[in-house]
Amino acid sequence: MGKAELPLHAPGTRTDRGYIGQSVPRPNAARLLQGRGTFVDDLRFPRLAHVVFFRSPHAHAKIKSLRTEKAKSSPGVIGIFDGRAVAEYCTPWVAVLGHLKGIKSPPQHAVAIDRACWQGEAVAAVVAETRAQAEDAAALIETEWEELPAVTDMEESLAGTRVIHKDLGDNICFARTHDTGGVDEAFARADLVVEETYRFGRHTGVCLEGRSILADYNAAEHSLTVYHSTQAPHMMQDIFSRHLGIPEASVRVIARDVGGSYGIKVHVYPDEMATAALSVMLRRPVKFVADRLESFATDIHAREHRVIVKIAVTKTGEILAFDMDDLTAIGPYSVYPRTSGIEGNQVVNLTGGPYKHQKYRGKLNVVFTNKNVTCQYRAVGHPIAVALTEGIVDKAAAALKMDPAEFRRKNLIPDDAYPYTFPSGVKFEQLSHHQCLDLLLQKMQYPQLRQEQIQLRKKNIYRGIGLAAMIEVTNPSPAFYGVGGARISAQDGATLRLEPTGMVTVLCSVTEQGQGTEGIFAQIAASAIGVSVEKIKVITGDTGVTPYGGGTWASRGAGIGGEAVLQAGRALRNNILDVASHVLGLSKSELEIKDNQIIHLLTQQPKLPLSELGRIAYFRPDTLPMNFQSELTVTRHYTPREYGFTFTNGIQASLVEVDVDTGFVKLLKHWCVEDSGTIINPMLVDEQLRGGVVQGIGAALYEECLYSPEGQLLNGNMADYLVPMSGEMPDIVCAHIETPTRQSELGAKGVGEAGTAGAPAAVMNAINDALAPLNAQVTAMPFTPERILRALKKCP
Amino acid sequence: MEHALDITLTVNGTSVSRRVQARQHLVDFLREELGLTGSHVGCEHGVCGACTLRVDGKLVRGCLMLAVQANGCRVDTVEGLSDSKELARLQKAFHEKNALQCGFCTPGMLLAAQDLISSSRKPTREEIRLHISGNYCRCTGYQAIVDAIEEVVNG
Repeated sequence: MGKAELPLHAPGTRTDRGYIGQSVPRPNAARLLQGRGTFVDDLRFPRLAHVVFFRSPHAHAKIKSLRTEKAKSSPGVIGIFDGRAVAEYCTPWVAVLGHLKGIKSPPQHAVAIDRACWQGEAVAAVVAETRAQAEDAAALIETEWEELPAVTDMEESLAGTRVIHKDLGDNICFARTHDTGGVDEAFARADLVVEETYRFGRHTGVCLEGRSILADYNAAEHSLTVYHSTQAPHMMQDIFSRHLGIPEASVRVIARDVGGSYGIKVHVYPDEMATAALSVMLRRPVKFVADRLESFATDIHAREHRVIVKIAVTKTGEILAFDMDDLTAIGPYSVYPRTSGIEGNQVVNLTGGPYKHQKYRGKLNVVFTNKNVTCQYRAVGHPIAVALTEGIVDKAAAALKMDPAEFRRKNLIPDDAYPYTFPSGVKFEQLSHHQCLDLLLQKMQYPQLRQEQIQLRKKNIYRGIGLAAMIEVTNPSPAFYGVGGARISAQDGATLRLEPTGMVTVLCSVTEQGQGTEGIFAQIAASAIGVSVEKIKVITGDTGVTPYGGGTWASRGAGIGGEAVLQAGRALRNNILDVASHVLGLSKSELEIKDNQIIHLLTQQPKLPLSELGRIAYFRPDTLPMNFQSELTVTRHYTPREYGFTFTNGIQASLVEVDVDTGFVKLLKHWCVEDSGTIINPMLVDEQLRGGVVQGIGAALYEECLYSPEGQLLNGNMADYLVPMSGEMPDIVCAHIETPTRQSELGAKGVGEAGTAGAPAAVMNAINDALAPLNAQVTAMPFTPERILRALKKCP
Repeated sequence: MEHALDITLTVNGTSVSRRVQARQHLVDFLREELGLTGSHVGCEHGVCGACTLRVDGKLVRGCLMLAVQANGCRVDTVEGLSDSKELARLQKAFHEKNALQCGFCTPGMLLAAQDLISSSRKPTREEIRLHISGNYCRCTGYQAIVDAIEEVVNG
């Protein structure tokens, strides 16, 4: 496809008003559309060796012996290494954070030593000339195991009858109680107390591209270049440097195209650390690509929670208090470096989020089990907190015979109450719950839908409408990880360079995973400088060239990286005008940049094309005044500081039809109203919301990593682990309220996780609304046909 | 295990001959032996559709067909169908509607969509959704993909 065949602007784009708020197609999509992207597994290197991992078949077992003689003589084998051999090159880690008081976890090695603690943990690395040869050899490894009792049930783990890590004393990784005080008194004076227990199945990200890493050690330089499917190149640079003993600046991490991440690819994985260590050991490039079974067995899982929640309400429908007790199981190790305490911690912080009650008690226990590890996956803790809050709110409304929309309107924090401190201690700068609720009800034609629902029930058609209001953490400050001692950057930077032809190169530390960060950075830079968007080239994902920064996670790319690009763009514009002022002999205040030209501000007449300015500045600076040096490369950084997080808010609704004979749920429609501050590209924002909603629907209806009582993963493939496919998904209506954050000049808040945060609650409430006339309800996700039929007492 | 066979096939219009291991999948052959990395490997058990190819005009999963089975066949990949411009209308619509995010599923998705478009009928929105139900996309939520295909269908 030639250049002219692809659109530069979407229909209706107004370039004269800047690109902010315009649906500009992403320039970097073109290569992906032709299969000409560069994912890690697409790279070709001389002397490339392939590693596969021999993994524990047991959930908990001692490695009595590991015999590799036969395997070593298999064709193509370069070497086979156990945990001790790899540990000589890669130090172990302990995933704790200072601000999660009391969190504990044992040291974890890249390859297990002496004992495997979950089925799938790597116990040996097999390196060969081809992947097939490495897999052949791995099948020849002979091991003798002594099986140990596996703790797979989280209640049993909490009880502590069998302790997984003896040195830690018990199975509790982290525990926390937050209490405003006065909770018991609030419950005592309540007219109505409603209680429910919600269960959430553990599930995972299922990135279409498996985790991938190609590590290339240069023995002469003692330097390491890592091509990595990652969200956080600088974080990984620091970790490779410290654990492999290579100076920081000699480690370069490059993330080119990344085939989906959603939080899965922001953690330290033992097999990836081993791959880097093996490159050092073997002094040659080594590649590891997780296959689908390995992805299911070793990509972080998330969301295995059991929550008991109580709500205290007056008879007029005023919420007085929430009381919540969360138990979550995280596998045998807290995951490095973010820890596995954060998800539960978020549940404590966010429960009751949208409402104006004053009393709150949240209790959390995070326990170890002998299953795969869990950690932060898209919307971290939000789907749990939103579902338990919105589930119990619906139940309270039903008990009072109040309409759920009206009940929410009565209790949502007023739009003029900000800044506001929530009972959990988090602070909101400015939210818009009531505007969002009004817009949602209008978009979905709520009264008509309720009428239709009543009519259809007379025909034994069971439709349900579910609402889910929420708050969402975005743009995290150092309060998220940095204060706890993690070397994870909360600031990001952008470097902008005017090229001699008048093009602009943008280098930014936030990475691209398909969400469109490179596209919006081009829009922001073009608008800030005054050039057209096709003049901008964006480079991300390379610690060797970009400024230092955190990367992509916690809905921070647009809000933090985007602000850095904006500030750098304004600074570059200023420096360009300095050059123009000298070239034209006019005052800077008389000049402006528009449509790739220096123009006269008053007459709007073109004075100098940027290509000519670039030519003079770079090739004929001798024609500029002696005491003037042009600065056409600028760097700016941005850190959110004033608030711990820039909270956003939104509300979703789901319309479903439940087949009460089969238990199947048909999703008819979904609505999502979100306030993500300044919208840079409406098309990309809606895409983030829709993709997130569908991931949340997966959690609500299909997805669960099923384990046997012995800790065997039962459905580690895409035929048995169900994901949402296009045939079952509804059309999703998106709408927006725009309340820019005042913490930055761009005003953008995050949007990447909103869909996933709210959708499970909306679907759950819709199903329970449909089942209400039959006096049935479901409370354990995913809501499979079997669970729905059981709730209807049509299945044992 | 090391059993190898000679094959000759036409890939994107060019004849190629290679000695391949009998156990090598077609998608691995294209990626590893020919360097055609546009077809992706997602699940290796025929569910996700990332490796979707066209063999003698029909859609196949590149991870469920052996390279030796393609002996004498005509194989088309996203690279070839991009250069021949057969996918141009779909690619334009996908780009304009942002019907891709990470792009890993996109080559397979485009081949599946083109298969539907090249059939004579005009599919409904629901038929579009069903036709691409064998292609997993974790990023988009599918709606923009359906919109893009619908636009080309109604083109």
